[in-house]
Amino acid sequence: MRGPTVTLFALTTVFFAGWAGIVGYSSLVLGHLRSIPDEETGNFLPPGASGLAIEGQRIFVANGCVYCHSQQVRQSPLTTDLQKELGLRATVPRDYLRFPAAFPGTMRTGPDLTNVGLRKPDANWHHRHLYEPRVVTPWSIMPAFRHLYDLRLIQGQTSQIAVLGLSGPHAPAAGFEVVPTGEALALVAYLLSLQQNYPLPDAPLPAAK
Amino acid sequence: MNAAQASVPKNPSESEEISLRLEIDRSARVPVLFAFACAIFWLLAGSLLGLASAWKLTCPWLLDGIPWLTFGRLRPAHLCAVAYGWASLSGIGAGLWMTARLCRIPTIEPRLITVSICLWNLGLTTGLLGILTGGGNSREWLEMPGYASHILIAAFLLLAGWMLAMFFKRAPVAPYISEYYLLAALLWFPWIYATANMLLVWRPVPGPAQPAVHWWFAQNFYSLWIVPLGLASAFYLIPKILGVPLHSKRLASLGFWSLAALAAWSTGQHMIGGPLPSWMAPAATAAGILSLVPVATVAANLHLTMRGHFDKLLTSPSLRFTVFGAVAYTATALPGTLLALPSFNAVAHFTDFTIGHSHLGMYAFFSMVMFGAIYFIAPRLTGGEWPSAPLIRWHFRLSASGIVLMVMALSLGGLLQGLALADPDAAFKTSVAFASPFRWIRGLAGFLLLAGHVLFAWHFVRMLVSPLRGQAIPTLLTGSDARDPAIP
Repeated sequence: MRGPTVTLFALTTVFFAGWAGIVGYSSLVLGHLRSIPDEETGNFLPPGASGLAIEGQRIFVANGCVYCHSQQVRQSPLTTDLQKELGLRATVPRDYLRFPAAFPGTMRTGPDLTNVGLRKPDANWHHRHLYEPRVVTPWSIMPAFRHLYDLRLIQGQTSQIAVLGLSGPHAPAAGFEVVPTGEALALVAYLLSLQQNYPLPDAPLPAAK
Repeated sequence: MNAAQASVPKNPSESEEISLRLEIDRSARVPVLFAFACAIFWLLAGSLLGLASAWKLTCPWLLDGIPWLTFGRLRPAHLCAVAYGWASLSGIGAGLWMTARLCRIPTIEPRLITVSICLWNLGLTTGLLGILTGGGNSREWLEMPGYASHILIAAFLLLAGWMLAMFFKRAPVAPYISEYYLLAALLWFPWIYATANMLLVWRPVPGPAQPAVHWWFAQNFYSLWIVPLGLASAFYLIPKILGVPLHSKRLASLGFWSLAALAAWSTGQHMIGGPLPSWMAPAATAAGILSLVPVATVAANLHLTMRGHFDKLLTSPSLRFTVFGAVAYTATALPGTLLALPSFNAVAHFTDFTIGHSHLGMYAFFSMVMFGAIYFIAPRLTGGEWPSAPLIRWHFRLSASGIVLMVMALSLGGLLQGLALADPDAAFKTSVAFASPFRWIRGLAGFLLLAGHVLFAWHFVRMLVSPLRGQAIPTLLTGSDARDPAIP
């Protein structure tokens, strides 16, 4: 090192190669994927998400759900994801156009959520589960997200959005009800919107049996 | 010519050499000890956060329903506290001291470096509070919110600028391999961190491009920031403590440049079979197999340097920690390569196996090397020796047994969990049940690690306040000449 200039140049070059190859390629090629018109319905594929669902993704992020839940169906036959019915088809990059942020995830401490909106279409199920997971699934190790809910005194009649069917130590006492906050409503809207049941040119749906 | 001779002066007299070293140590005293003290604080904080997240997976009722203590916030807080607090600051402290020694000039503007470390701590504290209050972005290794990463980048540029200045002013002697690793880390870290923040946090690219950018970042954070800092220290300390030259400078150079060339291409191994461009996963498989080259060169080089001197592991604390770490560096590569093979990845990915692998790299390799470095460097800065050999012995026992237990439990439990996840006939519940007993063991191993860290932190405080002065030799682990005062 007669002065580090030459070394710095070499370090820059070798690093630049990987940087351009992975980051540059991804930003330029994957970053320019667009949704495509669906000739049958006139809508776009992948379908856009509602504003409430997009807000819900923010709650999903703020509470770190991704640390246990993946959102990708891997290819067959390398993996058994399709056999295990995690989805109708493998996930492709274009699927991540639906939301501002993509969270393919790295852990399946909990189940994959790619199609949770298809598997569990009932909003009240999600509210019960988020409020007290072990009421729904006794062996679950998911944290409770009670901070997304309000416990309220029932005034007159039960609120329409009150969570039904709660039991266990955190169930509301007689005369009280558990009501989702705006954050819980958004989060559940996000979870219900997770449905990969549309075809894409690079990922057609399998023909119906 | 052997490389370690580079750190030996050509001609100047012994006394000039000694006075230069004393001057360097005096100049580096405040910033390096400050970096170590902060690093150890974050080590304790990170251990507590990690322990809490680990036990929450075993006892989900633990501290349940408290938003800022939910698993999804504790876990990223743990990761950031150990990666940006403990690992980065201990690496910066050791790197700063080694840079001054290897460049053979006193630290330039030590006060400015101290300021930049303060700024780094400020950024990290802000970031961790951000995560705990729900401001994190849920991207592994990059969780801290955008306002915190601005502060961290400013702090690092300030620090790197002054360290770079030392490389430009260095004495005209042949460079040693550790200098390459340090210089590379200084250059690459801000590049990696700024790119990832720019494309994922400040002005996110569209969703489809995010996974590749994110895993490029996470892979390189380890391979091109953590690994260079750890290897710089291992390559410096092992020959230094033994008093012998490094076995081969060429082998070291091959290891360095092959690591530099391969690291980025391993990105795809985190998404094998997933939504990435079709060439990225095979490229990662190739890179994963090729990355045995840098690992093998490091292992061979350090082993051949150690040959004939293994008895010193019994006496020298720094050597024992460093060699444990260097062996673990090799051990980390094997599951790393396995995870790059599609058939293995299909089962072991998404499980605790990858958590075990991360701890193998971040703790068994890097943290152990850093413990060794701190045991070696601190006495030169405080002007006295470590007060207690038993404390060092217990620190080693707890850390070594804790991490071995943890990695074994997570690897085995992860494989069983993965087999259940992959089995079309097994319900999801089976994977949770299979992993559960191993998560208990992991939680217990976490207590061993925390206990080791508490002893280490306590010993470090005593080292700052009242180091053993007037002792002719370093505090050794065993041997007739070792001082062995009882724990007060």
